[in-house]
Amino acid sequence: MTTLGHRRSDAIDYDDRIPPGDHSRIYGTMAEFATPDDLLAAAHAARAAGYKKVDAYTPYPMEAVVEALEVPRSKMPLVVLLGGIVGGLTGFFLAYTTQVFIWPWNIGGRPYNSWPAFIVPTFECTILFAALAAVVGMIALNGLPQPYHPVFNVPAFSRRASSDRFFLVIEAVDPKFDRDEARRFLSGLNPSEVSEVEL
Amino acid sequence: MATLDLDRRDLGGMALPPDEVVLAPGHTPGTITDKITAIVHDRTPRWWYVAFGLSFMVLGMFMMAVGWLFWKGVGIWGINIPNAWGFAIINFVWWIGIGHAGTLISAILLLLRQDWRTSINRMAEAMTLGAVACAGMFPILHLGRPWLAYWLLPYPNTMGLWPQFRSPLIFDVFAVSTYATVSLLFWYTGLVPDLGTMRDRAKTRVSRVVYGFLSLGWRGSIRHWNNYESAYLLLAGLATPLVLSVHTVVSFDFSIGIIPGWHSTIFPPYFVAGAIFDGFAMVLTLLLPLRAAFGLQDMITERHLHAMGKVMLATGLIVFYGYLIEIFFAWYSASDYEWFMMQNRIGGPYRWFWAALILCNGLTPQLLWKKSIRANVVALWLISMVINAGMWLERFVIIISSLHREFLPSEWGMYRGTIWDWMTFAGTLGVFMTLMMLFVRFLPMIAMSEMRTLTPGSGSHGAAEAS
Repeated sequence: MTTLGHRRSDAIDYDDRIPPGDHSRIYGTMAEFATPDDLLAAAHAARAAGYKKVDAYTPYPMEAVVEALEVPRSKMPLVVLLGGIVGGLTGFFLAYTTQVFIWPWNIGGRPYNSWPAFIVPTFECTILFAALAAVVGMIALNGLPQPYHPVFNVPAFSRRASSDRFFLVIEAVDPKFDRDEARRFLSGLNPSEVSEVEL
Repeated sequence: MATLDLDRRDLGGMALPPDEVVLAPGHTPGTITDKITAIVHDRTPRWWYVAFGLSFMVLGMFMMAVGWLFWKGVGIWGINIPNAWGFAIINFVWWIGIGHAGTLISAILLLLRQDWRTSINRMAEAMTLGAVACAGMFPILHLGRPWLAYWLLPYPNTMGLWPQFRSPLIFDVFAVSTYATVSLLFWYTGLVPDLGTMRDRAKTRVSRVVYGFLSLGWRGSIRHWNNYESAYLLLAGLATPLVLSVHTVVSFDFSIGIIPGWHSTIFPPYFVAGAIFDGFAMVLTLLLPLRAAFGLQDMITERHLHAMGKVMLATGLIVFYGYLIEIFFAWYSASDYEWFMMQNRIGGPYRWFWAALILCNGLTPQLLWKKSIRANVVALWLISMVINAGMWLERFVIIISSLHREFLPSEWGMYRGTIWDWMTFAGTLGVFMTLMMLFVRFLPMIAMSEMRTLTPGSGSHGAAEAS
């Protein structure tokens, strides 16, 4: 039984793969910061130190951190544009094919292809499909829903990351990652705590 | 502009007059979490049971009225020829209009970077959903055979029938269903990070699992926020033209007809303004008591009251202008039927409805010019109630005064709602209030992740742009 995004104690048991007592495999090293300014400074420092696989966790959107970590531009606009185009075509051709071919009906002598009237369903379908693309696209690009994630194994994270603390994680997949080095590096950035994130 | 606001916020709000503060000084991201999650996670206050119980009783009355309607048919209502449209359409237009303020606050004010929207947008969006749910029921109840409502949708069927895409009634189906869907998506997207907070603050395992499920496992990664902010802004951009289109399409139901008083190009803008006017009134009607009950004066400040009062005043003036220009055009059209309709509207058997309409929507909002009235919670609440009633009267006047005396005197008649009409209408208020009560009890009623960006030193320049 997985509890969504929560402590590992009652989540999937990864211990099968890791011998007892061996904690050689970790997700990464996490530093907790009390203020957004400290996090921002740490994000810049981590990039400057050459770390590539770094993620920050904040209780509200912070564009400055996005820039500091050089996160690529979001693909959302493209996804939404495609959704809108598909929706517009669907709306118009739904009206067009049904009124011109499938069910032609003379309404006060108006042409079968009464396109000005079809603009309303076309418009509504454009918005509908684009909005669905925005939400489904956002969820998919973020890899959600995600029932389990290692960062929640850090107690302080699962208590305060969504409220008033700021976290930076150097992930173990980073080519430059070394446990002791990462801990030493993060400790020098004025964190309130540094901990290792178990898988 | 955004940086200027941010700098002023960094002063801790101390230097600002009370009608400028969007968040009282002394708040940090943590206090915002505590305050708002406590509303849900703490013991249910006693008044909530009373309010929910009353709302649920009214909902029961709605079920009775609708049950009898399904058994007997629309003959139990006051509608007949010439008034084939009555309460059902009045209520539909009224409710759908109320919904518009929610979208305006959440989408249009987001694009206009009005930071005062932040603490009221969640509540207003929930109100939109409740209002659209009530609105959507009326055309279906009015069908006579509501179990065939799905015939309105375009789907391949054995009868080979398709909807008639030139009809504004089909436009309505598309507009209202799109509006309901997009409002739900927008509201839910806004909720996702806050549901993560609710999960992390949950006191019981059940609530942790439920909120965790709904939050999709949100963890606030900066990469997630990057996509999220982009998606949210795009949704706002999509919802903006949508909300303007919905009441425009609703007004087409009237203006495409040839009935005197309906066949007018002024209808779309005048309906949209009326929708926003009424919607803001309903936001205040709900928000002011909740603000007092939950002690939210820190977050819903005097600034919010002033801003909402001013929006009501501005849209009220547009609506009032609409009433006056309708009179002018009825005369200027040189159409006997138009001019008779207007004389009949003002001096005919329904003249008191028109007089009450002008009193409620034309004159009462003028009180909002005065700063002390906008800051007075009781006065503002009473004015908002008067406007709610006034906008219902407006739809009554438009529909009934045009229909009851059409072109031929031989088809003239009078209309009045029956007890079932009134029970259905009052019953939807119960449906609406029940939904609102459930919302404030189980979901965070203020957008926490957005409020945190308003705290001093949040360093959220991006948020200042996007919130």
